[in-house]
Amino acid sequence: MKKAELMDYDKALELFEPVLGFEVHVELNTKTKMFCGCANEFGQGANTNTCPTCLGLPGGLPQVNAKAIESSIRLGLALGCEIAEYSRFARKNYFYPDTAKNFQTSQYDEPIAFNGQLTIELESGRLVTVDIERAHMEDDAGKLTHVGGATGRIQGADYSLVDYNRGGVPLVEIVTQMIEGGEADSPEIGRTYVAAIREIVKALGVSNARMEEGNVRCDANVSLRPRGSNILGTRTETKNVNSLRSVERAVRYEIQRQAALLAAGGTITQETRHWHEDTGITSAGRPKSDADDYRYFPEPDLVPVAPSREWVEELRATLPEPPAARRKRLQADWGFADLEFQDVVNSDLLDAVEATIAAGSAAQAARKWWTGEVARLANVAGVTADSLVQPVQVAALIELVVAGTLTDRLARQVLEGVIAGEGTPLEVVELRGLAVVSDDGALIAAIDEALAAQPDVLAKIRDGKVQAAGAVIGAVMKAMRGQADAARVRELVLERAGTAE
Amino acid sequence: MTNLIKLSAADLSGLLADRSVSSVEVTRAHLDHIAAIDTDVHAFLHVAGDAALATAARIDARRAAGDTLGPLAGVPIAIKDVLATQDMPSTAGSKILEGWIPPYDATVVRRVRDAGLILLGKTNMDEFAMGSSTEFSAYGPTHNPWDLDRIPGGSGGGSAAAVSSFEAPLALGSDTGGSIRQPAAVTGSVGVKPTYGGVSRYGSIALASSLDQVGPVTRTVYDAALLHDVIGGHDPLDSTSLTDSWPSMAAAARAGLADGALKGVRVGVIKELAGDGFQPGVTQRFDETLALLSAAGAEIVQVSAPNFEYAIAAYYLILPAEASSNLARFDSVRFGIRVNPADGPLTSERVMAATRDAGFGPEVKRRIILGTYALSAGYYDAYYGSAQKVRTLIQRDFDAAFAQVDVLVSPSAPTTAFKFGEKMTDPMAMYLNDVTTIPANLAGVPGMSLPMGLAPEDGLPVGLQIMAPAKLDARLYTFGAAVERLLEASWGHTLLSRAPELAPTEMFASEEGVV
Repeated sequence: MKKAELMDYDKALELFEPVLGFEVHVELNTKTKMFCGCANEFGQGANTNTCPTCLGLPGGLPQVNAKAIESSIRLGLALGCEIAEYSRFARKNYFYPDTAKNFQTSQYDEPIAFNGQLTIELESGRLVTVDIERAHMEDDAGKLTHVGGATGRIQGADYSLVDYNRGGVPLVEIVTQMIEGGEADSPEIGRTYVAAIREIVKALGVSNARMEEGNVRCDANVSLRPRGSNILGTRTETKNVNSLRSVERAVRYEIQRQAALLAAGGTITQETRHWHEDTGITSAGRPKSDADDYRYFPEPDLVPVAPSREWVEELRATLPEPPAARRKRLQADWGFADLEFQDVVNSDLLDAVEATIAAGSAAQAARKWWTGEVARLANVAGVTADSLVQPVQVAALIELVVAGTLTDRLARQVLEGVIAGEGTPLEVVELRGLAVVSDDGALIAAIDEALAAQPDVLAKIRDGKVQAAGAVIGAVMKAMRGQADAARVRELVLERAGTAE
Repeated sequence: MTNLIKLSAADLSGLLADRSVSSVEVTRAHLDHIAAIDTDVHAFLHVAGDAALATAARIDARRAAGDTLGPLAGVPIAIKDVLATQDMPSTAGSKILEGWIPPYDATVVRRVRDAGLILLGKTNMDEFAMGSSTEFSAYGPTHNPWDLDRIPGGSGGGSAAAVSSFEAPLALGSDTGGSIRQPAAVTGSVGVKPTYGGVSRYGSIALASSLDQVGPVTRTVYDAALLHDVIGGHDPLDSTSLTDSWPSMAAAARAGLADGALKGVRVGVIKELAGDGFQPGVTQRFDETLALLSAAGAEIVQVSAPNFEYAIAAYYLILPAEASSNLARFDSVRFGIRVNPADGPLTSERVMAATRDAGFGPEVKRRIILGTYALSAGYYDAYYGSAQKVRTLIQRDFDAAFAQVDVLVSPSAPTTAFKFGEKMTDPMAMYLNDVTTIPANLAGVPGMSLPMGLAPEDGLPVGLQIMAPAKLDARLYTFGAAVERLLEASWGHTLLSRAPELAPTEMFASEEGVV
């Protein structure tokens, strides 16, 4: 549907009540895959991290990754779920070439975690509690590349290549209950919920949590129900929405699209939909009926998972502070304004700033450096800021500025040196000879020389035109190759101008 | 000098150990015999003669160098084609895997190699182990060495025919509902289905995961025990593999040879596995065996297992259900043959369908359809769910029976070997042939078949099935060895010594085969 055909958002909400549901897939960062010993990593050639089991070769058998079970239980606990005393894997049978066994090893009616809750806070301060139906374990599919054809999709492709390196990577799928009452906040609820999940898995350390790499993937279910009706509308499932902003946009788009269709007397097809990041629209995928028959049955090649209550409690004790609570605490401790704090959170720099402050920096200085210069350099390099430099180095840099050894401008050069691998900030200062000249003698000599060279300026200063000092300051700074504190130079210029008879 | 091919693995082991014969000689003798008779028997789908002789030479060299070798080092073995072997095609008797050489060895194959056995080749079977006659092999049936016009049992007819025709002293089989025991029975050989989880399934091309078990196929109980000791024990690659430590099965079998080993043993006779549908000669030999046991001091107890009546029904829901899913991976994408549809676009779905249509035989298709149906929404509870309940009831029947007796016995199969084609058009008749063996798979308990004579009416072998409680495989070997000794003493010979000599059909069969 073209954007122009969408119903106005406010109008859509006037006529319909949105009902949401989310399925978030979290890729666990275990060393090995879910059911075999192959490395859970990418970057090597296609199909290099494979074995008879994850390639689905005849005779291959699964073995459960104990670390993946542990991660799943911790994630379940962090989502407020109950942990099953007896949980089983089940086969979800369907044919698709990216699924080596032509069944996915998943969980059906006996998931590892169920009945959870997650309360999220919207920008308005509104609190929304999302009920979690279940969090279950399963293995990921391989990756298909469609070759030939214009779109990169299967339609029109000449052939397709399969890479099973991702096949068998452990996933936890988190399924919400229906979310009603979201109203106009529905798109924001989607974004905030997925952000909260992402924050939790990151805090737990169970996933790399990079949405752009597919570590966290969201399927968004949206349906509309006419005002005054209590009958649920037909839902669509927008698959693999892979950024927080896209979740928000996709939910909003579906509300407007479905509203336009329904208001025109049309019907919604129960189907999956593809999200198009570039154009901001969804398009029809495959029909999905409730009668889709995956012929689930308990996986006979695996024994049930029966985590002892003692183990579950041990794992509960390892849970980190809930991210939302931690954010509240940190903002209060640091005294950041809302916008300042949001900037840190949105830049994903909470950990970096916290570590920098812990290493002795003032909160505002830590924030300023990370969201400023470090973020800028990271952006140029196309990497994340916290991968560019260690918090302890940033703290050392800030310390040098506070001590007056470096000006901000010099500090930026030192930071570049640190990032270039030249050593600690102190080592870079020495290596590049970047320290501020704080020896007044050297400055005075340069000032006297500059004043002597510009007698007209000297005269103006003596006439009380203090702003004329700028020209002399500039000359001095140039002579010192910038390695002087401009404020101190100014003081000294005025002093020398007054006394140099 | 003795005819090497007629010796048991245990006897060969002795001759090899004291270097009376070399492994090369033993291996060559078997290869020559295979060359001589296998055109008629067709036990093998693949014979790896050069590789076998090379391995044998290495074992001989190691023995000459004084290396410590296991008891079966240098002894030849045949491998059922359901097991993955990285140097031989592994087809599971199916056209869909024609020529497929796996990149890995099944755990049992690895263990057999590590123990120094000589792999002769791969044996024929019903496609994906679905069948009781090998008639469903995509590569033609195997013939029963006792009567070449008859089936050798199935699915492991190739392994059973190989040992009973002296092509190999040992073989590996797999047993999902009787595929080791029923062929053993109809060929006069010995076959053991271990406790579920006792032997690794890793690399065994799955039929029904919750029922499959790999086990030994031999001519004597003691040989089966020796092979069991090689292949058994925990394998971390099979999640259903038991972590228990196991006693030596060979020691257990030797214990059975002691005088009085049968005295006081409580032997349960399952009421439901007798009577109607059992061939008179089978029943006669069974009753005679019970009389011998009784005379040897065993206590014969009649027991009832009322739910065995439902075993076949439950089995033919659980097996197809699991198989329909296990066989989904045969899709032409990563391995095996690929068949393009005759016309229309070449989408993956259509190529998959064309491959599966051309690659799977009729029985495989039948069971995939059955299983897909049984698992379908709306039918799951009535079919698969009910079958699982029956399975629990059958396990309880076993528990109740083993509360009264030490071992359970029955005929291994209701009939002797039938003629080719006899049951091909009637799947139910074929399925009913497994009535005796299926309960052990459903309950996971170990079972053994050993010869108990020839049926008077047709002169064909009849097998005795022995079952023991789960994990007590050792008891099977002790009791089985004792019964074998008792029967052979009563006959004055081994059963297989009465099998007809198969004449060489190949003109170039080497004279060296008999040394």
